[in-house]
Amino acid sequence: MQPISRRLLLTASIALGLTQGRRPYAAGKLRVVATFTVLADMVRVVGGEHVEITTLVGPDGDAHVYEPTPADARALAKADLVITNGLGFEGWIDRLVKASGYKGPRVVASDGITPLEAEEEPAHGTQGAAARPHAHGHDDDEHDPHAWQDLANGRVYVANIARALVGADAANADEYRFRAKAYDRELTALDRDIRRLLAAAPADRRKVITSHDAFRYFGRAYGVEFHAPVGLSTESEPSAGELATLLRQMKQEGIRALFVENISNPKLIEQLAREAGAVVGGTLYSDSLSGPDGPAPTYLDMFRHNVGEIAKAVIG
Amino acid sequence: MTVYALLAEPFIEFGFMRRALVACLAISLGSGPVGMLLVLRRMSLVGDALSHAVLPGAAIGFVVAGLSLLAMSLGGFIAGLTVAVLSGIVARVTPQREDASFAAFYLISLALGVLIVSTRGSNVDLMHVLFGTILAVDDAALVLVASIATCTLFVLAGIGRGLVVECLDPGFLRAVGGPGTAIHIAFVVLVVLNLVAGFQALGTLMAVGLMMLPAAAARFWARDVIGLAATSSAIAFGSGFAGLLLSFHLDLPSGPAIVLVAGGVYIASVALGSQGSLRTRWLPPPHLEA
Repeated sequence: MQPISRRLLLTASIALGLTQGRRPYAAGKLRVVATFTVLADMVRVVGGEHVEITTLVGPDGDAHVYEPTPADARALAKADLVITNGLGFEGWIDRLVKASGYKGPRVVASDGITPLEAEEEPAHGTQGAAARPHAHGHDDDEHDPHAWQDLANGRVYVANIARALVGADAANADEYRFRAKAYDRELTALDRDIRRLLAAAPADRRKVITSHDAFRYFGRAYGVEFHAPVGLSTESEPSAGELATLLRQMKQEGIRALFVENISNPKLIEQLAREAGAVVGGTLYSDSLSGPDGPAPTYLDMFRHNVGEIAKAVIG
Repeated sequence: MTVYALLAEPFIEFGFMRRALVACLAISLGSGPVGMLLVLRRMSLVGDALSHAVLPGAAIGFVVAGLSLLAMSLGGFIAGLTVAVLSGIVARVTPQREDASFAAFYLISLALGVLIVSTRGSNVDLMHVLFGTILAVDDAALVLVASIATCTLFVLAGIGRGLVVECLDPGFLRAVGGPGTAIHIAFVVLVVLNLVAGFQALGTLMAVGLMMLPAAAARFWARDVIGLAATSSAIAFGSGFAGLLLSFHLDLPSGPAIVLVAGGVYIASVALGSQGSLRTRWLPPPHLEA
């Protein structure tokens, strides 16, 4: 296994070297495939006019249950660069890459972040920075993939993407570096603003319920406690016991902020709100950006929108 | 744990448990007799087929109105009804059997649905959004399920006799000039109504499971049509009650818990029922001798 993969790697890097050598003379743009909208937006910001982006899971789509199409395989086959989130988010990507015959570089945007372990008991929330240190091997499936929900991780993503673009298209390297630096400053500024805004709410009020457990990184970074009645993925069905535990907790702790996400069925959240006398807030964007006319067309907009909704509920 | 805490407290403390129980009652009353007739007509797999057949309608609803439950349910209902009525008509005017005809139309419908969803480009799992769960039943869903159960009972009271005759001896009904096809179509409308409302309110597994398993189990206990219908309704409601409590106390997903209780009742009925079960076959009661 080992020698074969090393040889493959070698072949791949030679192929990469060839495309790199040819790139400045090619009239076309750098063709980048991003697995979902958040990554695509980052590539768009960093790459500007020099890249042509194909997004596999489009706006308001759910990457957990995505099924690749032949058009996706075709886009991959023609791509110069593939960018994935990693941490087991795109379970289908290996098969798709193999099927498409794509041999170029694959960049894992989450490389270098500190991943959270996947949670085993979906009914329990994560208390701010005190993520429970379950040591369970280091398989990707054991990690919570929603790392972009922390702007500090977002900065790592952007750095990884910038490095990949520079590597694939040396002719425009300076511009990529410049744009990435400007973007990084924006992310840092927003991160600071969010901390300041949420600090205005007392810690015991910063408790929020959402329909799918995608905000644990957000919670760890910004000190908001998230509870979700459904597990980490959107596929599992809740039990009556779980719902009851959550309701008792809502009543005891006075949690009054409930949110639906853009990709799941809002009915369960509405049921909880009715029963606990709480109000359903706006839609939070978790795994996918909205279309261009929606409230969260870019990564930065997504954060502004989500934080605005959460702040309205926990401060207001 | 006291009996009270075990059986009553969950329903007293939590509104969602009460709603779920009432939804089970409504669905049991409507689906019991309908399921029983489906078993009699050898259409037991229709429920499953319909859960796929609704896809193109839901997809068109989604394309037209976005993630609107009303539009998607209405589309799903129309698609399900079209499939059911078309296959009923083909089965009646040609020698094709009902099940084959149903399979053909539901597959066409499913393929069409996948096609529409894919060309639209979005990959939100439509069925996931369309299919509810018993724990999330709201007042609107409750009213919907209850009205459909009421309608079902009234319509069945009206056409029940013709329907049973049509099941058992369609030739006879035609010979005496009965409206065979019309009765069948009215029945198919009922089936689709019960199932599609059930999908939306309770989820596919629950809707189909509570319709077919109790009806199949009732066959081992009752002899006449009224008895069969009443027994299936009773088993359905009992399974709903027990399944909800299991889901509450043991932290099990509620839909599967309810359906598995109904499945347990079915297996027990096959083994122990009073009509034609394994018990009566292998351990016949002593003959009365003169």
